[in-house]
Amino acid sequence: MSTEPTNPHSGPSVAESLVDAGQPLVGRRAFFSKLSIGLSAVIGGLVGLPVVGFLFAPLLRNSRQIWQSVGPIGNFNVGETVLATFEDPSPLPWAGVTARSAAWVRRESQQNFVAFAVNCTHLGCPVRWLQSANLFMCPCHGGVFDSAGFPAAGPPPHPLFRYRTRVRRGQVELLVGTLPVAVEQ
Amino acid sequence: MKLLKATWDWIDDRTGMSTLLGPVFDHPVPAGAKWAYVFGSATMIAFIIQVVTGIALSASFVTSSGEAYASLQALSDPVNNPLGYLLRGMHFYGASAMVIMVGLHMIQVFLYGAYKYPREMNWLSGVVLFAVTLAMGFTGQLLRWDDIAVWSVYLAAAMSAKVPIVGSGIAHFLVAGDTIGGATLSRFFAFHVFFIPAIIFVFLGLHLWLVIHHGISEPPEAGRPVDPKTYRAWYHQYLEKHGVPFWPDAAWRDVVFGLAMVVVIMLLSWFWGPPHLGHPPDPTLVEVYPKPDWYLLWIFAALALLPGELEEIVVFVGPVIIGAILVALPFISNRGERSWKRRPWAVASVIIILMMIGSLWIQGVQAPWTPSFNAEALPQQVVNASSAEIQRGAELFNTQGCQNCHAIAGYGGQRGPSLSNVADRLTREQIAISILNGRRNMPAYATMMSPEDLSALVDFLQTRSERQAQPHTNPAGANTP
Repeated sequence: MSTEPTNPHSGPSVAESLVDAGQPLVGRRAFFSKLSIGLSAVIGGLVGLPVVGFLFAPLLRNSRQIWQSVGPIGNFNVGETVLATFEDPSPLPWAGVTARSAAWVRRESQQNFVAFAVNCTHLGCPVRWLQSANLFMCPCHGGVFDSAGFPAAGPPPHPLFRYRTRVRRGQVELLVGTLPVAVEQ
Repeated sequence: MKLLKATWDWIDDRTGMSTLLGPVFDHPVPAGAKWAYVFGSATMIAFIIQVVTGIALSASFVTSSGEAYASLQALSDPVNNPLGYLLRGMHFYGASAMVIMVGLHMIQVFLYGAYKYPREMNWLSGVVLFAVTLAMGFTGQLLRWDDIAVWSVYLAAAMSAKVPIVGSGIAHFLVAGDTIGGATLSRFFAFHVFFIPAIIFVFLGLHLWLVIHHGISEPPEAGRPVDPKTYRAWYHQYLEKHGVPFWPDAAWRDVVFGLAMVVVIMLLSWFWGPPHLGHPPDPTLVEVYPKPDWYLLWIFAALALLPGELEEIVVFVGPVIIGAILVALPFISNRGERSWKRRPWAVASVIIILMMIGSLWIQGVQAPWTPSFNAEALPQQVVNASSAEIQRGAELFNTQGCQNCHAIAGYGGQRGPSLSNVADRLTREQIAISILNGRRNMPAYATMMSPEDLSALVDFLQTRSERQAQPHTNPAGANTP
């Protein structure tokens, strides 16, 4: 039920209301105050939620792992470890060269391959393969991994990330689409 | 002149500019606040340079992972684009100036005890501004979208991934997906150009308001402690006696110092040029040595020198502890003596921190932990082999990766100790055990080397002795990575 006077001429003036504010008027102001704050929060939420959702979408999106070819099997000699390149599974049209990735791939036997991420497990720097020494070495902080990708010296805490490999229709394929530096070890 | 004055009077009347800015310019400051007080305003001037040059650069920078590098190449051409070249330089040296000035400002505020009552919030807002300044530096380096930038993104993601539970999520958030690609640069551009500057504007506004609200702290005097019960009243009386209007009595020093800083930035930009642009941002180029810009190099060095078992903890806990100390400081010590002359621990802590950062920085520049990947085989005059077995050992020293980390006569890396005189320090058995078992920073060769190769290598190392004359040393010193 409204507590406002029905006849504006018979009610208190604005000045009187301010000087002698009765409980009903205070209640009305408190209501509008809460309403304004609440609606402002709604405005903020309506605008902010899609923005926050958009920015954090990469966290919620399921990883899209696909088999990606790194070349015909004939390109790889048994016992050799070589740098193989492949494309991002779902490159954006403007990605340019950043859509490319690399892995150290070794042909261990006629049909068996092993593939390591190029990222050092210390801080993600690119490791280099020293063929004659049979070691991976990292330039950033001197981390060393043995030929099986296990830490051999220096600060790296975990083995190199391994991609799954397979041979299909004469092509060596890696299962890619994972951020190697963010894999739980 | 009359017309100008009349115009200004009209604008002022209609906008109320004098009413708004008058109190800011006229507010009294302690007359003793002289040159030690210019670093805060210098930081702000450096930030303004960053905003202005950044806006100008953004007019030519292409925020596309595939095309940013080419746009930066065009911007870095001193012949065809001299102003772009100059602006890139100004943006880089402006960032360096901002980091230096915010550091000096923090040291001055700390040593002068200006963070004490009632200026705790000034300090806290300053801590936030310090942190976001470093974040601006790091994200800015990534926008130099070359091979080092791409690998620095991996580095940021790898460090973030070490945070318990949410680390992997943060890494994916930074990279904007599962791999570095088209979305990554756009994300860092948004951080660098919108998000972090927005935080800076908010906290800079708060910081400046607090400077006006509480007044500039008076130069401390030994034996004049801060007492929260009486300080405000005392400060107002002090200003009545010793206060001068900020404009122009104090502001002129800010302007003079700011001008000197800008001149240095311009000279460096013109004569030294912008930072070098590396190879294209192709993640398949793995012969890269990603290194942060100079102001973050000491952190990079600390990460190399930390024991492996501590590192994962320190990467996460270290910044939390440093942040907690900085936040707790004005609450732990918000009263009492302000003068550095009576606060020896404050002076000692600044000296220790500066020495620590300086030492780490020197280590970061030298990077002795980096293997020398292009180590040339030892010259014959250094090998000086008296048998085919020793000659083979010298070749193994190079091919087995020993020389990547150890130098002989200046040829090789600095990761491990020099082996120029190893036979004087270790017996044949000790050398063999070191090779087979390895050390913390040296791989164990037990499963990677045949007994024959081990024997040849040890034979060669046995000839590395002062007793045997070393007729030749590398004039260029140790090889670089």
